[in-house]
Amino acid sequence: MRSTDHPLSPVALERAAYRKRQTVRSVLVAAASTGVLGTLLVVTVTGAPGWDRVRQSFLDLRIARAALPEIVTGLWLNLRLLVFCAVGALAVGLVVALLRTLRGPVFFPLRTLAAGYTYTFRGLPLIIVLYVFTLGVPGLRLQGMPSVLVLGAAALVLTYGGYLAEVFRAGIESVHPSQLAAARSLGLTHRQTMRYVVLPQAVRRVTPPMLNDVVALQKDVGLVSLAGPIDAVRAAQIATAETFNYTPYIVAGVLFVLLAVPLIAVTDWVTLRAARRQAAR
Amino acid sequence: MTPPVLSCRNLRKVYAGQVVLDGLDLDVDEHEVVALIGASGSGKSTLLRCVNLLEEPDDGTVHLDGEHITAPGIDPDLVRRRIGIVFQAYNLFPHLRVLDNITLAPVRVHRRPRAEAEAQARELLARVGLAERADSYPDRLSGGQQQRVAIVRALVNSPRLLLLDEVTSALDPELVGEVLTMIRSLKAEGMTMVLATHEMGFAREVADRVCFLDGGRVLEQGPPEQVLGEPTQPRTRRFLRRIIEAGRL
Repeated sequence: MRSTDHPLSPVALERAAYRKRQTVRSVLVAAASTGVLGTLLVVTVTGAPGWDRVRQSFLDLRIARAALPEIVTGLWLNLRLLVFCAVGALAVGLVVALLRTLRGPVFFPLRTLAAGYTYTFRGLPLIIVLYVFTLGVPGLRLQGMPSVLVLGAAALVLTYGGYLAEVFRAGIESVHPSQLAAARSLGLTHRQTMRYVVLPQAVRRVTPPMLNDVVALQKDVGLVSLAGPIDAVRAAQIATAETFNYTPYIVAGVLFVLLAVPLIAVTDWVTLRAARRQAAR
Repeated sequence: MTPPVLSCRNLRKVYAGQVVLDGLDLDVDEHEVVALIGASGSGKSTLLRCVNLLEEPDDGTVHLDGEHITAPGIDPDLVRRRIGIVFQAYNLFPHLRVLDNITLAPVRVHRRPRAEAEAQARELLARVGLAERADSYPDRLSGGQQQRVAIVRALVNSPRLLLLDEVTSALDPELVGEVLTMIRSLKAEGMTMVLATHEMGFAREVADRVCFLDGGRVLEQGPPEQVLGEPTQPRTRRFLRRIIEAGRL
């Protein structure tokens, strides 16, 4: 810190003045280039020959207002599904990642099962998993079959659990072997080492990619509508079919973005904090 | 007669076709401080890691207080609770405060009440001048401070034997002294120690016996004045000459 009573040399004053001029200059340049690009975009889009038609069929305020309640009802389903599936997928991912770290011959079947699971569900397209769960499984006509919604959520949990398992595993493997050596040398068992030394560091490190998967999940939970339940996108589709106007899709899109903003902001903040911590070392 | 605290017989360890330990024998008596010297790759670190069961020797035996700890079926976790080790790179847990680094094993492994373990940890920290760093995270500490915390972390479990693996090698020269002072006072308290070191002056001062490792064996051993002053083996002399040329003696 420079103390305020310290008299600055002429060179330092000159440098400060130069920096200030440069800052003003950069702000002006940024404003000008943004203005030019914005104007260009607006002129191109609104000047296009088909603009009037597009505006009528995608940006009709009256239709937007009419479709909003149904879409919001659908979005409420998305939100509930997201919370349930995110918690479920994180739990499945963590357990599977831990199973893959187990050593010893007793755990061979569990290890193999866990590896097979991540291979299968990361490879399978989500839509196929959804169809199998929501259409195939009820076909078994078992007693106490849960609703289509629960089955669809299970499909989402299994698919995203596969991705998250690999994220967690990457985190676990990123913890340096010297940390394990230190923990084991203190007499901690494998399980205690995982619980108190490896996992806390691993989870902290993979929080950004983990939240990224949750943001992706947020968009994919709506796919349960393939099996019947009406989510926001499906509600928009119904409204579109009634009016032959695509505005409801735009409404749903805007709502999705608004829903994602807080989550993405948290992801950015966590990433930034992790980067700062790294830099502080 | 009581058995030595540590007794290694015919230890052999091969890494990827390279023989690191080649039939090494070593005994360490209670309250004895043994310094291991020798070139990089002479097997000092591997020996310490074998004693602590972080590595499994390919052949030979290790006895701790007369108990065969390399016997098949032995629980390595139980053995490691009786041995402390301090690493060259400190290996503190970066996500835990200094205090929690120290109390992790007492609370989780030795099942001691947290309050009691914390009180002891704070007392030990105060003794090495780190009382006010108890609530800091390791990355806020200097290398010398981190290494002193690592030593406290090993000591808090009252180990029978303390292994020190080049604990000053990663430190800036002006921070070496504070760690060596701590080891000196451990010797005064009667801790049994085996230390791998490149600090010949310190080995001379603190060790009861110096062992020169070469080619995976103890080539020469004896009181420090003898091994460092009048070595009988040509290889020991050559090693010490190189050390002197590097200005480390």
